[in-house]
Amino acid sequence: MKLGWLKEIIVNNWPMFIRGAGVTLYISIIGTILGSFIGLLVGIVRTIPMPERGIKRIILKIVNGILSAYIEFFRGTPMIVQAMVIYYGSAQAFHLDMNRAVAAIFIVSINTGAYMSEIVRGGIVSIDKGQFEAAAAIGMNHIKTMLHVVLPQVIRNILPATGNEFVINIKDTSVLNVISVSELYFQTKTVAGNNFRYFESFFVACVLYFIMTFTVTRILRAFERKLDGPDNYTMMGNQMQV
Amino acid sequence: MEKVIDIQHLSKSFGAHEVLKDIDFSVDKGEVICIIGSSGSGKSTLLRCINLLEKPSGGKVTYKGKNILDNKHDIYAYRTKLGMVFQQFNLFNNHNVLSNCMVGQLTVLKRSKEEAKAVAMKYLKVVGMEQYVNAKPRQLSGGQKQRVAIARALSMEPDVMLFDEPTSALDPEMVGEVLKVMKELAKSGLTMLVVTHEMGFAKEVSNRVVFMDKGVIAEEGNPEQIFNNPTESRTREFLSRVLNAK
Repeated sequence: MKLGWLKEIIVNNWPMFIRGAGVTLYISIIGTILGSFIGLLVGIVRTIPMPERGIKRIILKIVNGILSAYIEFFRGTPMIVQAMVIYYGSAQAFHLDMNRAVAAIFIVSINTGAYMSEIVRGGIVSIDKGQFEAAAAIGMNHIKTMLHVVLPQVIRNILPATGNEFVINIKDTSVLNVISVSELYFQTKTVAGNNFRYFESFFVACVLYFIMTFTVTRILRAFERKLDGPDNYTMMGNQMQV
Repeated sequence: MEKVIDIQHLSKSFGAHEVLKDIDFSVDKGEVICIIGSSGSGKSTLLRCINLLEKPSGGKVTYKGKNILDNKHDIYAYRTKLGMVFQQFNLFNNHNVLSNCMVGQLTVLKRSKEEAKAVAMKYLKVVGMEQYVNAKPRQLSGGQKQRVAIARALSMEPDVMLFDEPTSALDPEMVGEVLKVMKELAKSGLTMLVVTHEMGFAKEVSNRVVFMDKGVIAEEGNPEQIFNNPTESRTREFLSRVLNAK
């Protein structure tokens, strides 16, 4: 490595790198958040207790079928291929000229959503049955049980997995260069194409990717600790023997 | 006496296993009923069939004259009329003590925050846990958790309280504090249905004792009769087993 070249690449191209990193972060943040919402929604629906008979049972079966098809399809095909199919497919079939950034966010979101759905479902299943029973016993229905009792616990428990998805998204947005989204990989390729210094250019990208993923992991860890709350509690009123 | 709950020909099977067989049973307002019997005799299942945590396989359950097994019956509104205390406490782990007693009032009964807090504090005082409002369930001992669980159920101001072996998961030292709270409640005239292995409590507090064996009510009567003069041989056997073991 020639340090001179490295310095020159950074000095001459830093706005492109920063813009690329910005787009990468932007797509992965929005994609992870939207994907998590999709995951939570799908998770709630997929854990609705199946009614024993009637029209509600049929509707629920159909909805569950659609949701598992969604999960299986998006987990079972590479995101790079989905990007091509969705972006060029929508252009060819519906003459839809999707904004590249919107297409990118859409692809990352539904992809993350598919993974998050299973993570959320696992999180819900792992909550003690007693929590559901206690909620039912005071008259809560499925939605209230989910919102006030189960999901807050699930969200805390799946935070590490969500962080994982976020980190994966930061790295995997690089495949979106195939639909020319100007994220970090795409920008680096352009820089390298201009100066033919592939190693040095991508070394800069590598460092930038690591800084992003490392920072995100640290922030999420701090957030987890904040959610756990203090270890101690304060007594209210006078100390009294009961 | 006003009948609150009336059960006729109730049966419940888990697969091929018949847990409850043709149970007839009713609860009057203000009664304190203890249900005793060996493990697996169907005591807990009977209790859980009353608030529909288990769906009965057959028979009829009426609450104040209304058939609760009717499909059109609003089971969520019905459940607010029954307070349930579980063996494993089942406090909501994501809520602190106060919030455990408020969340049902806020979301199901739609009470205002001020009212819910006042009601919750009132019942937390009854169980002696008012100083722990900020504590999370994981920070409490078993006995404390169970007292909060009782306050949570009472905060919904139910007509009937159901206790499903409330002291079975507790250390012997902590059983006393929970039983003391329950005795106070019984004295206050609350209608209570208690599945228990605490024979002393059953003897002292209840108006009526129900002995269950193999899915049927083998014998019921007032505590003196059941404990001193049981007519059924299986009641005698059960009582000598549990009382001599102590």
